[in-house]
Amino acid sequence: MTDNKIDSQLISGQDSLRVFEGLNRGMSRRNALQMLGVAGVAAVGAGSLFGAAGKLFAEEAAAPGKGKPGGRIRVAGMSSSTADTLDPAKGALSTDYVRHFMFYNGLTRFDMHLVPQLELAERIDNTDATLWTITLRKDVTFHNGKTLSAADVVFSLLRHKDPLTGSKVMPLMEQFAEIKATGTNEVQIRLSAPNAELPSILAVSHLLIVPEGTTDFNQGIGTGPFKVKEFKPGVRSIAARNTSYWKPGLPYLDEIEFIAIADEPSRVNALLSGDVHMINEVNPRSTTRIKASAKHRVVDAPSGNYTDLIIRQDQMPGKSAEFTQAMKHLMDREQIKSAVFRGFAVVGNDHPIAPGSRYYNADLPQTVYDPEKARFLLKKAGMESISMPLVASPAATGSVDIAVLLQQSAKQAGLKLDVNRLPSDGYWSNHWMKHPLSFGNINPRPNADVMFSQFFQSKAPWNESGWQNDQFDQLLMLARGETDDAKRSKMYADMQTLVHDHSGIGVPVFISNIDGVDQRIKGYGSNPLGGFMGYMFAEQVWLDA
Amino acid sequence: MNSNTLWLVGRRLGAAIVTLLIVSMVVFAITAVLPGDAAQQSLGQFATPEQVAALRLKLGLDQPGVLRYLHWLMNLLSGDMGQSVSNAMPVSELMAGRVPNTLMLAAATALVSVPVALILGIGSAMGRGGRIDSFLSFFTLAMVAVPEFLVATLAVLIFAVNLGWLSALSYASDITSPWQFMRTYALPVMTLCCVIVAQMARMTRAAVIDQLDSPYVEMARLKGVSPMRIVLRHALPNAIGPIANAIALSLSYLLGGVVIVETIFNYPGIASLMVDAVTNRDMALVQACTMLFCTAYLGLVLIADLCAILSNPRLRNQ
Repeated sequence: MTDNKIDSQLISGQDSLRVFEGLNRGMSRRNALQMLGVAGVAAVGAGSLFGAAGKLFAEEAAAPGKGKPGGRIRVAGMSSSTADTLDPAKGALSTDYVRHFMFYNGLTRFDMHLVPQLELAERIDNTDATLWTITLRKDVTFHNGKTLSAADVVFSLLRHKDPLTGSKVMPLMEQFAEIKATGTNEVQIRLSAPNAELPSILAVSHLLIVPEGTTDFNQGIGTGPFKVKEFKPGVRSIAARNTSYWKPGLPYLDEIEFIAIADEPSRVNALLSGDVHMINEVNPRSTTRIKASAKHRVVDAPSGNYTDLIIRQDQMPGKSAEFTQAMKHLMDREQIKSAVFRGFAVVGNDHPIAPGSRYYNADLPQTVYDPEKARFLLKKAGMESISMPLVASPAATGSVDIAVLLQQSAKQAGLKLDVNRLPSDGYWSNHWMKHPLSFGNINPRPNADVMFSQFFQSKAPWNESGWQNDQFDQLLMLARGETDDAKRSKMYADMQTLVHDHSGIGVPVFISNIDGVDQRIKGYGSNPLGGFMGYMFAEQVWLDA
Repeated sequence: MNSNTLWLVGRRLGAAIVTLLIVSMVVFAITAVLPGDAAQQSLGQFATPEQVAALRLKLGLDQPGVLRYLHWLMNLLSGDMGQSVSNAMPVSELMAGRVPNTLMLAAATALVSVPVALILGIGSAMGRGGRIDSFLSFFTLAMVAVPEFLVATLAVLIFAVNLGWLSALSYASDITSPWQFMRTYALPVMTLCCVIVAQMARMTRAAVIDQLDSPYVEMARLKGVSPMRIVLRHALPNAIGPIANAIALSLSYLLGGVVIVETIFNYPGIASLMVDAVTNRDMALVQACTMLFCTAYLGLVLIADLCAILSNPRLRNQ
């Protein structure tokens, strides 16, 4: 048994602290890189390794001068109700996640490439990807003055296993066979089977760290950059700067008022009239209005969210490999991107890993729009002039428009598709995955393993196309236990190839998140996880008024 | 006020309590029929069956509906409105945060809309068939026909986004000066006025015209009383009954039916609270909101009837 340190992928806590301090002294990008170089970080793809610190540098280049402290901003999310919660375990919507990242920290944190970086953990070691030892940072205190200790982490993780907690990630936590404190600052996690992706699981918002024994979550006591000043579910929250935050110099803002405006045109109006500084979930149609304003900008954040064509592999006509292949060739991806999403999308390649994200296989040939080839394949399958219903619904973003485009291109290949538009209500429970040809929509997942396990593994309950492939299943298990990042990367590339070539899923595009932001907000970036910089803007932006 | 009137008030209060009881039963039954319960709603799409079972037990949802209803009723009688299941806060606390907002918006709207509606209604009644009447009729009907979300959205586009005079959002707690109050409330009040002024003005016009056609007004006219005096001194007191009823109905709408305006202006009132409660299958909160709406409605109608009785000597001294 050997101890595999995963420091090679993760910037250590000490390093990031030194960089933060350096930044405060006015360190240049070059100095910072040297500093990190001395620390011996293997720079494989420099941009992806520096996490939060790296992002600061990137923004520095765009806007000279570091973040400016002070200021109060108002931000409007997309949905709010009396079910709003400050309990990380119960977080259900983007508004919840945004608040959780204001008040709490996780053991790790996703950077803009979804690579987990160390946060409250100072180092993470593992034995065979099964026994994990997490050493905590020592100088961290909660908003109530209590010092962070291993007991808090154990409590925060273990509570998800209690059905009464109502945790949204309970199934994900089943693999945590044992969680115990092995010292005041050391936690040991034993997994039921190897999983090298543990650091990225620890970065999801539900696993943010709360103090041991918390029962009233409305106080929002965490270690995060902001403290709760006011929290009224369904109305608003006001976050005030945590003056003793463990990252020196952060956060920049004094106060963030967070509200939600469910109606999209009203949300855009509130931004344009100057009532709020930031909004998310902008409809592509509204982007022209925001662009027309000199005081605002549109932030296009490519994400892992996709609407996919589901061709069931366990029934005709999907059982025919030629038919499945033909359908993939009938999707005019460029047209879907420009006509349905007005350019706010990235062309997909029939597998669930978005371009630019970790483990993306860039060498895989792109499926192209080719009605002639589709006609040939259909002829080969003996289905030249069949007629098929195609199920779409507003529940799967953009699927009705995509279906209509697909109907037009199918005509050229001699295939007749009847678009069957179903209402949103009850679509997921009654129609999703239940028709030979239909559409689904999948939100970004924390890592490739979760994505493949939930939606492509042969026995997965949400194996959308009912695809069975032993080779894929074996690779998935192997990759989970593989701690060598290069080897794992190769395995994930192979899995993408398998999905691309054989599964019954057509991914035409990855849909971007669109945020609308006041020009005075600086330090704003994007994250594939979701809008509002992957819900984590609070600590990173500043107001240049 | 004599014993007759007191008897009437007493009888109405008794009926109101029975009505509230029946309404609460009906609402409870309807909410129980809705698909899914509070446990499922709160756990969401990826819940495991054991989580749902555990939460149901915790919330007491495993008990029969009748028992839960009686339990709720007993608590209510002892002054406890229960706890919201979606965020474990007392219902009374959630309501206390919203009721003042709703009352403030309703009061501001009533203050503007009632005088405007009365003036418009009486004005068109006096000039019946004339140019002013036709114009006002056309105008009020058009206002009724245009949906309020359109009025609201257009108003925001013009006054908040393009001109920048007013605020696109109306959040009540940040108000420090009367000027700010005006800026914040101008748009929602304007939108709501568009909806209710028209109805009240039409009813006022009809009621006043009805009186103007009666013999005693003709008599007054023959005696040479000025038109203004005829309307204000003779016709209007007799028209107060129907007018008060029209106003009461419009105001009860302001207390519970302004979901669209609350949504567009992000105004935290009681209507959106109830929508949340229904979405989350939050029974205690749904019941509390319903009881409030129902009480307000019955109260307003009672006041309107009292106005009618007190303004009419014949009814008053029966």
